[in-house]
Amino acid sequence: MNLTLKIWRQPNAHTRGQLVTYSISGVSPDMSFLEMLDVLNQQLIHKGEEPVAFLSDCREGICGSCGLFINGRAHGPLSGTATCQLHMRAFKDGDTIVIEPWRAKGFPVIRDLVVDRSAFDRIIQAGGYISVNTGSAPDANAILIPKSAADAAFDAAACIGCGACVATCKNASAMLFVAAKVSHLAYLPQGQPERRRRVLNMVAAMDREGFGSCTLTGACEVECPKKISISHIVRLNREYLSAVVSDEAD
Amino acid sequence: MILDAKIPDGPIQDKWSNHKFRLKLVNPANKRKFNIIVVGTGLAGASAAASLAELGYNVQAFCFHDSPRRAHSIAAQGGINAAKNYQNDGDSVWRLFYDTVKGGDYRAREANVYRLAELSVNIIDQCVAQGVPFAREYGGLLENRSFGGAQVSRTFYARGQTGQQLLLGAYQAMLRQVELGRVTLFPFHEMLDLVVIDGAAKGIVTRNLITGEIRSHAAHAVLLATGGYGNVYYLSTNAKGSNATAIWRAYKRGAFFANPCFTQIHPTCIPVSGHYQSKLTLMSEGLRNDGRVWVPKQVGDKRPPDQIPEDERDYFLERKYPAFGNLVPRDVAARSIKEVCDEGRGVGPTGMAVYLDFADAIKRLGRHVIEERYGNLFEMYERITNENPYHTPMRIYPAVHYTMGGLWVDYNLMTTIPGLYALGECNFSDHGANRLGASALMQGLADGYFIIPYTIGDYLAGLGFEKVTTDHPAFRQAEQEVHERTKKFLAIPGKRSVDEIHRELGRVMWDYVGMARSAEGLRNAIDRIREIREEFWRNVRVLGRDDHLNESLEKAGRVADFLELAELIAVDALLRNESCGGHFRVEYQTPDGEALRDDEHYAYVAAWQYQGDDQPPQLHKEPLHFEYVKLSQRSYK
Ligand SMILES: Cc1cc2nc3c(=O)[nH]c(=O)nc-3n(C[C@H](O)[C@H](O)[C@H](O)COP(=O)(O)OP(=O)(O)OC[C@H]3O[C@@H](n4cnc5c(N)ncnc54)[C@H](O)[C@@H]3O)c2cc1C
Ligand code: SF4
Repeated sequence: MNLTLKIWRQPNAHTRGQLVTYSISGVSPDMSFLEMLDVLNQQLIHKGEEPVAFLSDCREGICGSCGLFINGRAHGPLSGTATCQLHMRAFKDGDTIVIEPWRAKGFPVIRDLVVDRSAFDRIIQAGGYISVNTGSAPDANAILIPKSAADAAFDAAACIGCGACVATCKNASAMLFVAAKVSHLAYLPQGQPERRRRVLNMVAAMDREGFGSCTLTGACEVECPKKISISHIVRLNREYLSAVVSDEAD
Repeated sequence: MILDAKIPDGPIQDKWSNHKFRLKLVNPANKRKFNIIVVGTGLAGASAAASLAELGYNVQAFCFHDSPRRAHSIAAQGGINAAKNYQNDGDSVWRLFYDTVKGGDYRAREANVYRLAELSVNIIDQCVAQGVPFAREYGGLLENRSFGGAQVSRTFYARGQTGQQLLLGAYQAMLRQVELGRVTLFPFHEMLDLVVIDGAAKGIVTRNLITGEIRSHAAHAVLLATGGYGNVYYLSTNAKGSNATAIWRAYKRGAFFANPCFTQIHPTCIPVSGHYQSKLTLMSEGLRNDGRVWVPKQVGDKRPPDQIPEDERDYFLERKYPAFGNLVPRDVAARSIKEVCDEGRGVGPTGMAVYLDFADAIKRLGRHVIEERYGNLFEMYERITNENPYHTPMRIYPAVHYTMGGLWVDYNLMTTIPGLYALGECNFSDHGANRLGASALMQGLADGYFIIPYTIGDYLAGLGFEKVTTDHPAFRQAEQEVHERTKKFLAIPGKRSVDEIHRELGRVMWDYVGMARSAEGLRNAIDRIREIREEFWRNVRVLGRDDHLNESLEKAGRVADFLELAELIAVDALLRNESCGGHFRVEYQTPDGEALRDDEHYAYVAAWQYQGDDQPPQLHKEPLHFEYVKLSQRSYK
């Protein structure tokens, strides 16, 4: 396949970026999207141009490192697919592909296609955990967890923290990310004691990081590579309201 | 130097309890006077950082990822073992211990393995308490499955994403400590050197991957939890960033490197499809619970699988190993697969693959059960190959997966440098010459949650409260060396990209230091590696600057270290004149082609000591004694 690529190049956070056009040939439909970029980068290096910076690690759709805005969509044209799992057979010979980084106030650009997502860590840090010290846990089967609850918790916990939800949202809201974690822990008996405080603290952290508010457009659900359901946002809102009205929330 | 593994005496069941009692303690009020550096935030590092901070130590945690949650541990699919015997199928601490020692082909330390089995039960409790959503039965109890090399169901799992869920548990526990101010996080930081003062580890030098800033960090102790080095083969199932730099720098500062040649080749990966391939994808071993492995009986049979009748198929694992069938350990399965492909019976466009077939299981259990069990793996397979494994059998081939070798550590997980510890995949311990499935996660978490919190106290208690700072000239010097090295990469006026050279190295490693090794091949490999290394330093091209994110520069540093480690791997393999586990020397096999060990001469851990760049490394041997699991030829028939 022969393709034209328009790629966002930006040397660092303080310099303006722009789209640069490259043409690439000999792309196999079996290549992953990132392998196609690898090939481009090899060509650039041979020409003495600096390769395009983008993050990736596991290349199996689970580490959440990669995340590119491809032709105006987070992670490209397929739904439920991380960029690393996108293969070139999803494109046609002769296509022009526009590749940009995530764009959101909460995710400043570091270089080219790489953005800083540490805000997500700070949101988790604000309460996205169960407070249990090492070595003090009861037997794992001492507390029964119905399969349905374990499955529901898992569905939410599958979030890979890639940030597509933020990138695709017109408000750059991090609600789906936060909702996924709140739901995961709220489904489980172990998550109950800190339930109210958790949701209040995490939402406050999200606001502090400059993410927008959610107007339930549903864009995040469509682009989430793990198909995290927007119903978690509804749940988050419920959890939040009940925490606000509860006097136990301290 | 005498290698002292510090194995406690007494009966194996009591060693760890006795040892814990004898270890010195640090008074709770004094713990905050100690700084501990943890490099790596995978399962081993994050669990260690969280646990040590909970105890009251000051922890600084480093990783090269943009977030600690992205460590390679996130990718583990299959599960984590624990001797809970929840299934009432005859499991016990003793059986897990026995399976692991045998599975490792008698090249692991008994005392360590026993402790691992003993601690395994606590790990599951810990993770469940953190909210890890393991698979459950309808009644609410935990579910288990069986895994390669075991006849009991002791593997706990969270769909096909166990590593992800375990890592999120450990990561969240660590972030809780960040919030409490006891852990300071340094993401996007790569450790590029270790600082040793008066023989003890006192800190590290890092490069900030965004700004390029090179900086020193001092501490009373340094923990490396930097994962495996399988990417020395270029293609492997490891994440792209996995590398050996941290442990290689430590090796050059005096930490011994143990059993470098013990590499695990995983039997079930998606085969290579083209030259552009950047990595290989694992299909979890859990699939072998229900999938049957076969090839055509006839050499050169190119019919599509559904046109090959039952009696013209060779279910070779079931045929050769009736007791374990498709669940034989990884080394055994991988070798059998290579054998049938070498005979010309491999399938698919390249002939370098065998079928993993679910037709029978789908007939027996129904598609929905298979979907529930393996849905995400099937999906992953289809995305990559464009073939639907519900309809046509998967094609699989072995790939480099796990490195059993790593820094030598004693029973306390301390390396030969006092104050330097190694945890998780980057140490050599517990798996011997071959790792059983679902035991790496177990080991990483045992190290981080349950071993290091005890053993490190013993060292710190002996130190006194003297503050450590980066004022010592050893820090300046290490920083200087890091600077020079970075500049050197950028100054080479070469033509070839780092990736090209890495690929070339990988090819040599796979061909000569891969699934089957011979003395002649290894000698050839050593020569080739030297040539490639020389070529690298002369002809590599690293563009850009060192004061911004520069991925080529990062890779160059890692590949430069791989190029040195590769030689040590080959040297180690050449010296081990036997076959064991993942190390198969063609000269040493039984008449029916199984690995032939030589316990009389090679029942030892090979620990290599660096002697300088132009000196051969020195070999030290830690003899292994088997008191509880009798040395015997491994058999899975
Ligand atoms: C695809 C796949 C599937 C697997 N499935 C299973 C399974 O089902 N069950 C099982 O038991 N095992 C499995 N394994 C093995 C297991 O996942 C690993 O052995 C284990 O996760 C390693 O954990 P770790 O904490 O030692 O290192 P890692 O998780 O690799 O973490 C390494 C950390 O070190 C950091 N780091 C490395 N070098 C530096 C440096 N120089 N400076 C700063 N930071 C650095 C990284 O950023 C990272 O945080 C699997 C492995 C693979 C490849
Ligand atoms: S919710 Fe989906 S898109 Fe958003 S961060 Fe999680 S996995 Fe990515």
